[in-house]
Amino acid sequence: MLVHIDGPWSPLLGRLALSEIPYTNPILVGTFIFASLLAVVLVGLVSYLGLWRTLWRDWLTSVDHKKIGIMYILIGLVMLFRGFIDAVMMRTQQALAVGPHSPGYLNSLHGYLTPYHFGQIYTAHGTIMILFAATPLLVGIMNILVPLQIGARDMAYPYLNAVSLWLTAAGAALVMASLFVGNFAHAGWFGIVPVMELPYSPGVGVDYWMWAFQLSSIGTTLGGINLLATIVKMRAPGMTWGRLPIFTWASLSANLISLTTFPVLSVTLALLALDRYVGTHFYTAGLGGNLMLYNDLFWIWGHPEVYFVILPAFGMISEIIPTFSEKPLFGYLGMVLASLGIAGVSWGVWLHHFFTMAAAPAVNAFFSITTMAVGIPTGVKVFNWAFTMFRGRLRFELPMMWAVAALFFLLVGGLTGMMNAFATNDYMVHNSVFVVAHFHMMLLLIVYAIFGGVNYWFPKVFGFRLEQRFGKWFFWLFTAGTATVFIPMFALGFMGMTRRLDYVPFPQWGPFLDAEVVGIAIYVLSAVFLVAQLYVSFRDRAANRAGLDAWETSRSLEWMTHSPVPFYNFAVTPQVHARDERAWRVEHGVDGLRPERYEDIHMPRNTAVPLWLGALSFGLAFGLVWRIWWLVEVCSAAILALIVIRSFDHDTDYTIPAKDVERMERAIRDVPSGRRVSGDLPDGVPALREGL
Amino acid sequence: MSAATTETLDAKRNPMWSSGYGHDAIATKTLGFWLYMLSDAMMFTALFVAYTVLGHTFNAAGGPWATAVAHPGTAFKETVWLFSSVLAYGFAMIALKKGSRSGVMLGIAAALVIALGFLAVDAHEVMTLFRMGATPERSGFLSAFFTLVFYHGLHVVVGIAWMLVMLVQVAAAGLTEKVVYRLLNLRLFWHFQAVMWVFMFTFLYLRGAIV
Repeated sequence: MLVHIDGPWSPLLGRLALSEIPYTNPILVGTFIFASLLAVVLVGLVSYLGLWRTLWRDWLTSVDHKKIGIMYILIGLVMLFRGFIDAVMMRTQQALAVGPHSPGYLNSLHGYLTPYHFGQIYTAHGTIMILFAATPLLVGIMNILVPLQIGARDMAYPYLNAVSLWLTAAGAALVMASLFVGNFAHAGWFGIVPVMELPYSPGVGVDYWMWAFQLSSIGTTLGGINLLATIVKMRAPGMTWGRLPIFTWASLSANLISLTTFPVLSVTLALLALDRYVGTHFYTAGLGGNLMLYNDLFWIWGHPEVYFVILPAFGMISEIIPTFSEKPLFGYLGMVLASLGIAGVSWGVWLHHFFTMAAAPAVNAFFSITTMAVGIPTGVKVFNWAFTMFRGRLRFELPMMWAVAALFFLLVGGLTGMMNAFATNDYMVHNSVFVVAHFHMMLLLIVYAIFGGVNYWFPKVFGFRLEQRFGKWFFWLFTAGTATVFIPMFALGFMGMTRRLDYVPFPQWGPFLDAEVVGIAIYVLSAVFLVAQLYVSFRDRAANRAGLDAWETSRSLEWMTHSPVPFYNFAVTPQVHARDERAWRVEHGVDGLRPERYEDIHMPRNTAVPLWLGALSFGLAFGLVWRIWWLVEVCSAAILALIVIRSFDHDTDYTIPAKDVERMERAIRDVPSGRRVSGDLPDGVPALREGL
Repeated sequence: MSAATTETLDAKRNPMWSSGYGHDAIATKTLGFWLYMLSDAMMFTALFVAYTVLGHTFNAAGGPWATAVAHPGTAFKETVWLFSSVLAYGFAMIALKKGSRSGVMLGIAAALVIALGFLAVDAHEVMTLFRMGATPERSGFLSAFFTLVFYHGLHVVVGIAWMLVMLVQVAAAGLTEKVVYRLLNLRLFWHFQAVMWVFMFTFLYLRGAIV
């Protein structure tokens, strides 16, 4: 059954051999030394502070949705950094390798990256930024916020939530492993067929790409099921559909997409795996395979995925703008329908990724029109945000700055997207950097919304606000970097520059590429200010303590519990009376009311099983990549055994007696926001420890 | 302000905190399982799409064509086995309603044994096809055909394993909340794979015999 592979193979190590470790490449050796030093520092720090126990008990084995969300965000940030370094390498390579007389370094004819290495870098950049940076960041934020916004204690399935997290972590680890063991795919982040097929990519790169993608896909599908069930089933009494906070509506729409399209991705990748391992002919160039089948299936997932990441971003903008306009959101119903509309239309636009495949005119016309139809609900959203700000009392604090800037990117990205939607126009710009600049505008809109959201909800999760002076420096530098990188890229696209060039043949493009390098340098500088912002915020946290409502004018339910949020979220489940419950209570002067009596709280117990499942999935995928069959068998068997054993565990929950809840509640002192308090937060961040 | 915000409520007299509020655990788990089935249905859909796209004679690449590999007679036999198993599981569910532990176990055991019968016929059919040279590696069409057959077969295998686990749990723990929601989800799963089989029977076997 198994396809014969040329080259060495041993039963113990499969295809893995010492020659697969790229110790001759100075870039990778440098990266390895950097990563090792970082690991040593981290391990040393955790040991020095004596945090191993806390790390294991309170984090790695936790099923608390807030901690899982934070860990998702940490994975996202680490991978964002990795993807950013990839971007720096691509920009510098293209600026160096201009014209036939450009010098070459490190065994490269032009620039310092060989074409094969460059191919791996652009593949890794795309894969990482979409699957392992944007998706975990947004899933993390949804994880933290959705249960808080609907007044739930946790997700519907806390254990499954942890499984999703560790599957995503395993996928991210697999991408990282490919840096130092073997290599990564060079066939583009969306996989170019038939280049990904075994005869054309006999190495392990595509396998790494495929299994990392697959793990992330399964994790996100399970996460989608969890969030949907949470929103449908776990709402507090009185939280009708008409009162659901707008971010939760956005999450609902986004997860309808993930539930229906990530399974298609799983199948797409599984069929590719069959082609590469068993020798079937789904996407092969001969024996009855069909290359376009891959493109269709991939983009049936791929385009909805774009809306899966953009809808939560829209949701965050919709929460931030009313708070800093001191007005309720304009056109709530329109916003909800627009979110669902975007989710609905997302299934009908995938073909615009390959208008040039020369389908019949009617086919291209159909997908042109559906693509343009996306502009309608998006336009509704833009006008709703504008009308929310209209005659509001605008306060341009950091979250608001990020949110409003995101609207500019939505305009640039959206309007260039409409240009691409014309099939005739797409024939001109297809595969050019114009398209690359367009979708980076859209993804940067998401990044802006994420930074806005992180600034906005940080005090809710950690109990203190992020410092604003360095934060504003970071904002303006990041914006300057974005403009300097992408405005020249639009111009280059019009001049005909195609994507993925490791060598640029026309010297007249050089100045534009140099400008892009300047932009990347500004980005690097901005990252310094981000680190400074985080450091200063943490140092001065006592000065930036946040009360229940960190921004004084917040509107939704999550601002009614303590900051930081206790592990049980709400001591007593609130009764919901209005769409903007927090604002309603303030308006009626009942926001200070404490519950008259407390009740027992039912909570899920921590468990290490999801962590083991993640580790075993990593082992399984690693074994599949290198064709180490014993490892595959051991890991599969262990995964099945763990699932069955876990199903026999009846002691998965515990109850906190009402009197303990009351004691814990009385121990928490809510300070008025922005006032300096004597002393530190007890134990740094008390809510992040179990049982106070 | 919108209607939902301005709704005149006497804030002083309205309860601010709910009491004695709990979620229905079984209903929540069942909803999650329905959502999982939706995702699995999408996987079947993608596979059926692949089968349709690769369902032209040139995708057979000169190898065995649908009329040679699709045997509706055998598939009908398999259908009878499979549906009998679903029926047996249905009897287990009736016993569950009555709270009869032994009835539940008897029904599941019967469903399990009959499902093994289905698997035997299925495996025999696949082996016959393999022997006549119709293998997944032969052509794009056969790749899609066998992937669907195996993907459905995987569901039957998972269902059988699940039934084994449930037999042990019903015997050991009795009809507790956890066991009951798993039995209900298994019922959904077992019906789901049977529904998928209906599509397989129609598109792979019936249609395959006439194209």
